[in-house]
Amino acid sequence: MNTFPLTVTINGSEIVRDVEPRLLLSDFLRHELGLTGTHVGCEHGVCGACTVLVNGRSIRSCLMLAAQTHGQTVQTVESLGTPDNLHPLQQAFWESHGLQCGFCTPGFLMTLIPFLEETPSPTEAEIREAISGNLCRCTGYQHIVEAVQRAASRD
Amino acid sequence: MKPAPFDYLVPETLTAVLAALTQHGDEAKLLAGGQSLIPAMNFRLARPGVLVDINRLEGELAYIKATANGGLRLGALTRHYQVERSPLVAQHDPLLQQMMPHIAHPQIRNRGTLGGSLAHADPAAELPVWAIARQATLTIQSERGSRQVAASDFFTGLFATDLAADEMVTEVAVEPLPPRSGTGFVEMARRHGDYALAGVAAIVTLAADGRCAAARLVCLNVGEVPQVAERAAATVVGQRPTADLFAAAADIAAREEIDPTDDIHASAAYKRHLVRVLTQRALVQAFEAVKN
Ligand SMILES: Cc1cc2nc3c(=O)[nH]c(=O)nc-3n(C[C@H](O)[C@H](O)[C@H](O)COP(=O)(O)OP(=O)(O)OC[C@H]3O[C@@H](n4cnc5c(N)ncnc54)[C@H](O)[C@@H]3O)c2cc1C
Ligand code: FES
Ligand code: FES
Repeated sequence: MNTFPLTVTINGSEIVRDVEPRLLLSDFLRHELGLTGTHVGCEHGVCGACTVLVNGRSIRSCLMLAAQTHGQTVQTVESLGTPDNLHPLQQAFWESHGLQCGFCTPGFLMTLIPFLEETPSPTEAEIREAISGNLCRCTGYQHIVEAVQRAASRD
Repeated sequence: MKPAPFDYLVPETLTAVLAALTQHGDEAKLLAGGQSLIPAMNFRLARPGVLVDINRLEGELAYIKATANGGLRLGALTRHYQVERSPLVAQHDPLLQQMMPHIAHPQIRNRGTLGGSLAHADPAAELPVWAIARQATLTIQSERGSRQVAASDFFTGLFATDLAADEMVTEVAVEPLPPRSGTGFVEMARRHGDYALAGVAAIVTLAADGRCAAARLVCLNVGEVPQVAERAAATVVGQRPTADLFAAAADIAAREEIDPTDDIHASAAYKRHLVRVLTQRALVQAFEAVKN
């Protein structure tokens, strides 16, 4: 088995591992690092559940090889708040009922973190465009959009 | 593991990428944004023996430059989000700018590349339609040398292009639009960002007397490659833009100049209907754009 010597910064920590080149970033995060907050729904780029940040931009971790993050910075949902100290966006999701089962939530959060940095006062249309690549089967999106508006109104 | 095993090469320079392609030929696949190739590998529809990751060529091949005469040159590794936000693209290629938000979703536009989208040659993709509509020229390189191919010769069939196994696209160039030109692009998708069921791009140029001096119409996802509706466009030329004229042109495009097939998303008849409606809307947009 050929391996690739990977060095990557994940949630602020430098990780050094030999990985199989075909290992997807999503599976590396979940199976090798135990960062199971990154969810995997479709594994072909459609659902957005696996969204993480690479060098600050939101990407599908099921459509990137772990080896491709060599020398780069990755942030997962685990880099946001803790149960006792939620990130303001997580707090807003909580307050607006922006989740039910929660499967899609990490992907929404990691999509919205850079979006709100770039667009601090988004219109509803901009919010809907920003989350167009994230599927939620529970909420009907209305509460998610409200959560984003709530978070934006506080910054 | 989802993808089948492969040897992974990450060359640092274009020279090294081309050498890898020469050496591994048919067995090798280039990995650009991965937004079409990795899904296919996850399903094992694609099983390349060697994956040549070209992302380290970003410094060399991700660029957008205006040419002296007002055209554009875009490097093959330019990502969709870079094109979408480029002031140069907004200024020099309104059609390209109009199309970008329709390509997939923000996360996919953060990775997907211009070269990858053209080389993938999906009939439902926007950028091949842009390349045909704007009569773009592709620069293709291999260890054997560099050659230029017109977009009209590049797309040869369903997911098929003129590229040989040892070649890659390195640049795409377009000439400036003539003065008094306008562009329009409309498509119909089930969900914003999904691949379109059908779409139409229009480029028009007005003469000083307000008549149409030139028109080009290109239809998306109603044939194996982007379909140029030449006769429909010809009916508009020499005329003053009116709703009746657009309806007549759209009728010709929908009846005679496309070759849609039934698929799980839409019937051929429905795609014809869409082309009829969307051609009119694209023409309205394009003529409005000249006025502004
Ligand atoms: C959920 C989803 C929705 C999408 N929706 C749309 C959409 O609506 N419209 C649309 O247009 N696209 C859509 N896409 C595809 C997306 O735009 C891709 O980015 C694009 O088609 C391929 O670009 P890439 O850089 O990711 O190429 P890759 O996936 O890396 O490569 C694709 C193919 O091109 C080859 N290749 C890559 N670069 C070169 C090069 N420079 N020279 C020669 N060959 C090369 C590869 O070997 C491979 O065969 C969607 C993708 C997903 C996952
Ligand atoms: S698991 Fe990655 S987009 Fe669905
Ligand atoms: S909360 Fe259940 S899928 Fe979104």
